[in-house]
Amino acid sequence: MSATAEARFAEATQLQLTWWRFRRHKLAVASLFVIALFYLIAIFADFLAATDPHATDARRSFIPPQGIHFFDDSGFNPHVYGLRGVRDPRTFQLTYAPDPARKLPVRLFVRGFTYDLFGLIETDIHLFGVVGGRPGESAFLLGTDQLGRDLFSRLMVATRISLVIGLAGVTLSLFLGVLLGGISGLYGGWVDTLIQRLIELLRSVPTIPLWMGLAAALPRTWSVLQVYFAITLIISLIGWTELARVVRGRFLALREEDFVIAAELSGASQGRIIFRHMLPSFASHIIAATSLALPAMIISETSLSFLGLGLRPPAISWGILLQDAQNIQVLANAPWLLMPAIPVTLIILAFNFFGDGLRDAADPYG
Amino acid sequence: MIAYLLRRLGLALVTCVFISILTFVIIRLPPGDFVDAYIANLAASGSTISVEQAAAMRQEYGLDRPAIVQYALWMGRVLEGNFGVSMVWRRPVTEVIGDRLWLTMLVSVSALFLTWIIALPIGIYSAMRQYSFADYIFTTLGFIGLAIPNFLLALILMYLGFRYLGLNVGGLFSAEYLQAPWSLARVWDLMKHLPLPAAVLALAGTAQLIRIMRANLLDELRKPYVVTARAKGLTERHAVLKYPVRAALNPFASSIAYLFPYLVSGSIIVSLVLGLPTVGPLLLQALVAQDMFLAGAIVLLLGVMTVVGTLISDILLMWIDPRIRLGGR
Repeated sequence: MSATAEARFAEATQLQLTWWRFRRHKLAVASLFVIALFYLIAIFADFLAATDPHATDARRSFIPPQGIHFFDDSGFNPHVYGLRGVRDPRTFQLTYAPDPARKLPVRLFVRGFTYDLFGLIETDIHLFGVVGGRPGESAFLLGTDQLGRDLFSRLMVATRISLVIGLAGVTLSLFLGVLLGGISGLYGGWVDTLIQRLIELLRSVPTIPLWMGLAAALPRTWSVLQVYFAITLIISLIGWTELARVVRGRFLALREEDFVIAAELSGASQGRIIFRHMLPSFASHIIAATSLALPAMIISETSLSFLGLGLRPPAISWGILLQDAQNIQVLANAPWLLMPAIPVTLIILAFNFFGDGLRDAADPYG
Repeated sequence: MIAYLLRRLGLALVTCVFISILTFVIIRLPPGDFVDAYIANLAASGSTISVEQAAAMRQEYGLDRPAIVQYALWMGRVLEGNFGVSMVWRRPVTEVIGDRLWLTMLVSVSALFLTWIIALPIGIYSAMRQYSFADYIFTTLGFIGLAIPNFLLALILMYLGFRYLGLNVGGLFSAEYLQAPWSLARVWDLMKHLPLPAAVLALAGTAQLIRIMRANLLDELRKPYVVTARAKGLTERHAVLKYPVRAALNPFASSIAYLFPYLVSGSIIVSLVLGLPTVGPLLLQALVAQDMFLAGAIVLLLGVMTVVGTLISDILLMWIDPRIRLGGR
């Protein structure tokens, strides 16, 4: 290490040191980009949606995914083919065949359904869409469901709801975990024993049946928003035990550290010791634990909604989208309905890699 | 050792009481009481009961008394094996559940064994050949296993089985054994259907255990006593399998206590996708129909059986691990 680099290392803050170490984990950095991409989708979901995700149209049910053709005879001209409904003469089932004679040009920043960007600015501009099609025609990149709703647009909006519910749930369980874990680690004694037993109890009970029971007991008359909050609360009750264990462990380890004892001897108040001296040295541990807890939240919401006990339509989440894929008969005809499985898997992987990388980086002196 | 056993038994008992309280809360959560729901259910099928009859029923079930008394009455009936009557099925709850509870446990326990059988050798191999090609393969597979929720995996397998093999891979019995009484042929049929759901359930847990086993063994392999063993000329096989693996097994084994509840949990949702005749589909139906006595009985029985299963695995662990057996920590 050269002298300047050494000086840089010595003067670096905890955060910088963590960041430098984190950067060495290629997979974790890539995961960070994936996570950022997903949250960008969540923010701009309506902008990315080509068709109104709630708009149903019986004449376009179960359209297979349409590919965009980028070139035609005249050069670069992105387009999708128009669709022609053909009724099978034996089964009377309506199937769609592309009609190469009718090209629907796909353009960027076209006007579509109106929405509020960031919940504030009313606009009707979307990233892409077809121009000059008949009403009900659009580019269905991932096909449509039984009610003729565009799966791609629904997936964009579902990403928002599923990610926000995961984040809200993890925030709540972080609060519970830090509070109970902190009390447990700080005071020790019978409080510690009590909380540890409680965690052991919660972990030895099969959770899904219990949460199913709680979720099913929500009154049918509740609005979508109320159910949303209740489900968030229920899934956050799953995640806090692990976070509490991490926080308690860090508290126990740090309590014996020289710098904490030094602060105590200099007469610093307990609040100052915790927030000024201890918190910075385990903040990254908490972030890592949080990021590892998020996948469980997302899976819980997806599972509950998949069972029909979580969020209820017209809310759109990954679980609700996958609910349509529950039936093998439907799946055999429309396998593209399984598509939401991909973002679920991807984001869970990303959070796992990110959390792992961060956990390794969280101890810059280790 | 006796002290440890007693402590474990005590904890199991407390857990059971805790589960029963939670179950009772769930039964009471829906608006209105059992009698209201019963009347509504009767009204739906066109019959009614008089106000006096309703009052008599309320008194019989103690619904006019404080919650704690109701809980005690309910617990008393449960301990006698009387779980009440299912409103949807109009039959005693125990009769409705029938074999389903045992099948749930069978699927979960098979998944547990499968997890051990797969995770242990792969974990040891990955640690011994760290950063080898196979290690990377297993690590990647492990991460994917962790990332795919098991009900999604079940869905995908169902689809693939249907699409490319043209058969329905769900269920636990072939059509001809579905209603048949128990016989050797039926058991054999069950055995043939068991591996798929067990494997689906086991995947996530296996991925987790491989990582734990690999990390533990890597820690152990760096310790001086392993170097000494090698220096003294023990074969690689001996130097690894005899001591470090046994030492690494301990944290591995303690994670099993949390694995079993997790598997039982997962079996509920996987059963729904794969159409297994376990308590999973029954529980969902009961919850949707607000048939709370049936739902409560299932939640309670699942919880208690999970506690018993965990207790058994803990006692087995104690038997394996001298450190616990001899009273140390």
